[in-house]
Amino acid sequence: MNDSELFELWVYLSESPLLHLTLTLLAYQVARSLHRLSGGHPLANPVAIAVGLLIAFLLFSDTDYATYFEGAQFVHFLLGPATVALAIPLYGQLSKLRAIWLPVMGAVTVGVCTAALSAIAIAKLLGGSVISQLSLAPKSATAPVAMGVSDAIGGLPSLTAVLVVTTGIIGAVTGGWICDRLGIRDTSVRGIAIGVASHGIGTARAFQISPEMGAFAGLGMALSAGMTALLVPLLVKLLGIVA
Amino acid sequence: MMAPSDQSLIPEPWRYEVINTLLLLLVFELMGEVLVRVTGLPLPGPVVGMFALLGTLVLRGRSWPELDAAATTLLSHLSLLFIPAGVGVILHFQRLGAEWLPLVTALVLGTMVTLAITAWSLSRLLQLQARSQRSKLRAGLVVTGEVQS
Repeated sequence: MNDSELFELWVYLSESPLLHLTLTLLAYQVARSLHRLSGGHPLANPVAIAVGLLIAFLLFSDTDYATYFEGAQFVHFLLGPATVALAIPLYGQLSKLRAIWLPVMGAVTVGVCTAALSAIAIAKLLGGSVISQLSLAPKSATAPVAMGVSDAIGGLPSLTAVLVVTTGIIGAVTGGWICDRLGIRDTSVRGIAIGVASHGIGTARAFQISPEMGAFAGLGMALSAGMTALLVPLLVKLLGIVA
Repeated sequence: MMAPSDQSLIPEPWRYEVINTLLLLLVFELMGEVLVRVTGLPLPGPVVGMFALLGTLVLRGRSWPELDAAATTLLSHLSLLFIPAGVGVILHFQRLGAEWLPLVTALVLGTMVTLAITAWSLSRLLQLQARSQRSKLRAGLVVTGEVQS
């Protein structure tokens, strides 16, 4: 195979969804192996590692995000069915949930307000633009909700998507450590807190620890999605932040 | 893709359930999307679909074993599904370069504070609930009712 044939092959592959779908799965498998090699250490977060590998490849091969996403969208699409599937572990924890629903609703409300207010306040104090503040406000909610809210309040939905994923990684990495420092042992409390603060990526981390913690994290994520959709536009209006 | 003749190689209980479960999840997602469009609920379709499936399981009184298996597999790979959105950071390198300090601090500090406050307030509220249930029990107001430890 000479150079021009190789180039043609590259042009063909780089335009087809097959290459980027394959690379996404490959990056995930590599990230999982590294995560396992680290003994399941929270710092070796599989999402962060895989995203890093893929970005390095896209920059190196000079591929734009839209081309990459044409292949990756098949994986992205499964977020919907996976969210629906969270009903199953939740159903398994139903009897426990019945006993604690009132404290849970209270804590989710507190958590969602804290998430939005802390992000806006910190960004504002350190000189972040209004667009960035608004894009940060719904960051603890799951991506589709956060992007919808961001759009409605004048943020940038695509920036919010990135902030949401980063928030998830930070919650997944620090969640266990924070709960240990606070002396919180209860699996349901740990799960709900990680789900409220860091949505599906925190939930993915919780499932790595135990199915029970995953179920409560999924619950925290779902409730925080609803509460973010209801409360964050209201909070932004009360604070008088306009883009 | 599996050729039809290969079906004989798969044990009977596993033959069609993969499609059935995927269909079930997609139907509930679709239902959620339709409900959101029709009612204008400020929630994403899949979240509404999740609550609809949970309601169905509660009414039915049990789950489907094959649905349990499929959901467990799908959810154990939840991390994979966030990778495409995460790679989108590539679109925002410029803004991140210009505003890295407020953005990174808001993300790291904000998320840690949120996690801590949520965990702390939930454990406080659970203690309060347990205390009020204990005092009701002592007063003889509650005959049945679970006491939280």
